[in-house]
Amino acid sequence: MNVVNDLRKTIKKLLAEKKIDLFVGWEKGSLPMAATPIFITNEDEADRIVFDITCGNNLSVYFTKDKKQFADKKVGIAVKGCDARSVVLNILEKQIDRANVVMVGVPCHGVLDKKKVLAKTDGREVLELIDGGDTVTLKGNGYELSSDRSEILSSSCLSCIYPDAQEYDIFVGEPRGEVPNENRLKEIKEFEAMSTSEKWASTRAEYEKCIRCYACRNVCPSCYCNVCFVDQNDPAWIGNTCDFTDSMVFHIIRNLHVAGRCVECGACERACPMDINLLLLNRKVAMEVKDRFGDVAGLDINGKPAMVDFREDEKQDFIMG
Amino acid sequence: MKKEFTPRITSFLCKWCTYTGADLAGTARLQYPTSIIPIQVMCSSRVDPVFLIKAFLSGSDGVLIGGCHPGDCHYETGNYHARRRFAIVKSVFESLGLESQRLKLSWISASEGPKFARVANEYTEEIMELGENPTRKNIFL
Repeated sequence: MNVVNDLRKTIKKLLAEKKIDLFVGWEKGSLPMAATPIFITNEDEADRIVFDITCGNNLSVYFTKDKKQFADKKVGIAVKGCDARSVVLNILEKQIDRANVVMVGVPCHGVLDKKKVLAKTDGREVLELIDGGDTVTLKGNGYELSSDRSEILSSSCLSCIYPDAQEYDIFVGEPRGEVPNENRLKEIKEFEAMSTSEKWASTRAEYEKCIRCYACRNVCPSCYCNVCFVDQNDPAWIGNTCDFTDSMVFHIIRNLHVAGRCVECGACERACPMDINLLLLNRKVAMEVKDRFGDVAGLDINGKPAMVDFREDEKQDFIMG
Repeated sequence: MKKEFTPRITSFLCKWCTYTGADLAGTARLQYPTSIIPIQVMCSSRVDPVFLIKAFLSGSDGVLIGGCHPGDCHYETGNYHARRRFAIVKSVFESLGLESQRLKLSWISASEGPKFARVANEYTEEIMELGENPTRKNIFL
């Protein structure tokens, strides 16, 4: 509870000193498994702020998707490690002015994936969720069970190496430091070991589920084009059906659009109603960007996003002739 | 009678170097296959990945992007950006299990007519060996 109290105090102080006009954080949601984003403009409301395992939303999405609301305002924002990287990336891409943001870092121990919890409880409704560190207790109508924390964490958190904000103005609580995540690339390595046809079969099985609801796009802080290429109809690059071809093209292009910009917050995967393993490809691309260009999205506020940068002596093993 | 397979290679050629190089190959009367379908773009970095996918969806058997040599770009840095983007597109194709050999990037300058003809020939041969784009029938409907 200490972190939450400190966070509330910090927000009150920032608002009282008029350092910010607005604070974006999480409040307890109406359902036990989902905290809701909240915009706070006066000090009394600060007591509604929470921070726990359910605070999955990447709040930096509001900066780019709700520009009007934030125009000419000093905004405070609570950031986990991945959220901070999103904010930094948006600053680098000139979507936000660094001087107008107060980043409040919070120590993140991972957020849960609702779909994993529901799989654990066989689809029974969870009425109460008690976070006891390594184990999480789930209570519902006529049942109570405890689960290993790692079993219900979002897959992005299981492969996370930067749980703390790398760029912040105020840090609340104890930073966790860099996590040496050995299993980070395990899933990717397994995927890479497959043969071409196996890869395609697994890709197909995964993406065939897509219903083109665009939840992944809408929740992504890196996706903020005024007109997304899927909504564009002159020229219409791709068809608007749930046909596998169309949805596959959507996913390939979306992946390329967020290449070198994806901070692996996992918001897309948590938002996906069809439980598609969206992060695998994103992480594969991020790995490729790191291997080739030595760039990790949103870590360095003085750097440049990978895809607008270049080095003259880059590896060009694929050039013909 | 079996129809002989003529590949279709959609080529996005940069206006300042490769397209002029292709022109030179023509005026020098060098032979290169008709499989190359040239499309002039202002810079190799103008080629959006969506163009490549659209080309495959429209029945191309291969895609060639031609640009100026590194350091020679008319816009100074365009081809460096194209190179980065191409590397990522290729790796995404590979990781999905699509045939990334059907994507090629080549640096051909305005004076390299013979090189253009050579690349066109070699690439066409390579595509002939690979055969028709399977994505046309199986993957992309």
